[in-house]
Amino acid sequence: MQPSVDQVYTWLDDVPDPEIPVISLMDLGIIRHVEWAGDTLEVTVTPTYSGCPATSIINLDIETALRGHGIEKLALKRQLSPPWTTDWLTEKGRKKLEEYGIAPPQPAGGPAQCPRCQSHDLERLSQFGSTPCKAQWRCKSCLEPFDYFKCI
Amino acid sequence: MSTLYDFALRMGDSTLILGHRVSEWCGHAPVLEEDIALANTALDLIGQTQLWLGLAAEEEGTGKTADDLAFLRDAWDFRNALLTELPNGDFGRTLMRQYLFDQWHLLMLQALQGSSEKRVSDIADKAVKEVSYHVERSRDTVIGLGDGTPESHKRMQDALEYLYPYVGELFTPDAVDEAATHEGIAPDLASLRAAYDAAVADTMAEATLTLPDSRFGHKGGRTGKMHTEHLGHILTQMQWLQRAYPGASW
Repeated sequence: MQPSVDQVYTWLDDVPDPEIPVISLMDLGIIRHVEWAGDTLEVTVTPTYSGCPATSIINLDIETALRGHGIEKLALKRQLSPPWTTDWLTEKGRKKLEEYGIAPPQPAGGPAQCPRCQSHDLERLSQFGSTPCKAQWRCKSCLEPFDYFKCI
Repeated sequence: MSTLYDFALRMGDSTLILGHRVSEWCGHAPVLEEDIALANTALDLIGQTQLWLGLAAEEEGTGKTADDLAFLRDAWDFRNALLTELPNGDFGRTLMRQYLFDQWHLLMLQALQGSSEKRVSDIADKAVKEVSYHVERSRDTVIGLGDGTPESHKRMQDALEYLYPYVGELFTPDAVDEAATHEGIAPDLASLRAAYDAAVADTMAEATLTLPDSRFGHKGGRTGKMHTEHLGHILTQMQWLQRAYPGASW
C-alpha cells in the first residue's frame, strides 16, 4: 500500500539538515511539494543558496530516508522559483535554532536578541559566516560571539 | 547555436571566472571574517554558474553538463566579461572589482526577473537575493577603504583607475545581445548604464574616490574575440584535474 503524503511529510520531518542538525528539512522550508505520480513518489526540493554544498547531501539524505521507509520509486525535482525564503522556516524550527545558539532571522535584518543571555546590545562581526545561510554577530553583554541565520 | 545558449554561456562564464578568482583568496584574506566573506561570495557565484551553464548545456542538447562546459573548453570558447578575469591584486583591488561587477550584476538580474524565458527569470529570482547581499558588502568595503587611511585611499583610487576601463564592456551590446533583447530574453545592456552610473557615482563620492573621465572600454571577453593573457592562466589551474585525469570524479 502507498504511504500517504502526510506520512511522507512526517518522515521528512525526521531528516536533519546536514549543516544544522537541530532542525529538520521540513523546518528549513525547502520541501516544497510531495505527491504520488502513479507509483512514483515525487518530492520537490528548493535550494537555500545556489552554491550551498549541503544541497547534494540533502538530496542524498532524502533518498536514503525514504528508501529506508520502503519507497522504491522516487523522483527528486528541483524547483528554483519562487526562490527559498527564510519566511518558510517553521515556528518549531525557529525555536530550535535559538535554543541551539543560532539567532533566528528577523525582517529587520539582524538578530532580535542574544541567543545565550537575551541581551539586545549586539554588534555584527561579519555579514557572512560558517555556512552561506549565516552571519556572525557578538553580544556586547555576555561577550559571546554567535551565529545569526540571515533573513532572505 | 541558439541565442539562449549564447546568453546563458556569457552569464555563466562571468560568474564562473569571477567565482574562481575570488576563491583564490581562500586562506589568504587579511582577517578571518573577510576570508569567510570572500569564500561565501565565491560559493554563491559558482552556484549561480551551475544554473547558467546547466541551462546552456540543456539548450545545447548534446548531453553535456555544466561541468563539461566549465572544465573542457579552452580560452577562446569562454565568454566572460574581461573584468572578471583580471588578477586579484591586493585586497582593495579585489573588492573594487567585486563592487564594479556586483553593481552591474544586480541591475542585470533585476531586469532578467522580467525575462520572457522562464528558465532565465527563475535563475534571476534566485540569484538576485544573493547578489543584493554581495553588493551591500562590496559597496561598504569600497567606502571604508576609499575613505580610510591615506594608504588605503591611494590603493583604492589606483584600483578604480586600473579597473574602470573594463566596465564599458558590460554595457556594450553586440549582435548576440541584440538578438537576446529582441527575443525578450534579456534587457538592452545600454539601458542599464544610467542606473549603474548613478549608483557608482554615489558610492565613489562617499568613498572620496574620483571616477576616471575617460569612457574608453576594453572589450572582447563576452564575444570571445580577445581575452586578456590572464584567462589562460586561470584555466591551467581550474581545469588541471580534468585535463590530467579525464573523467575523474569524486
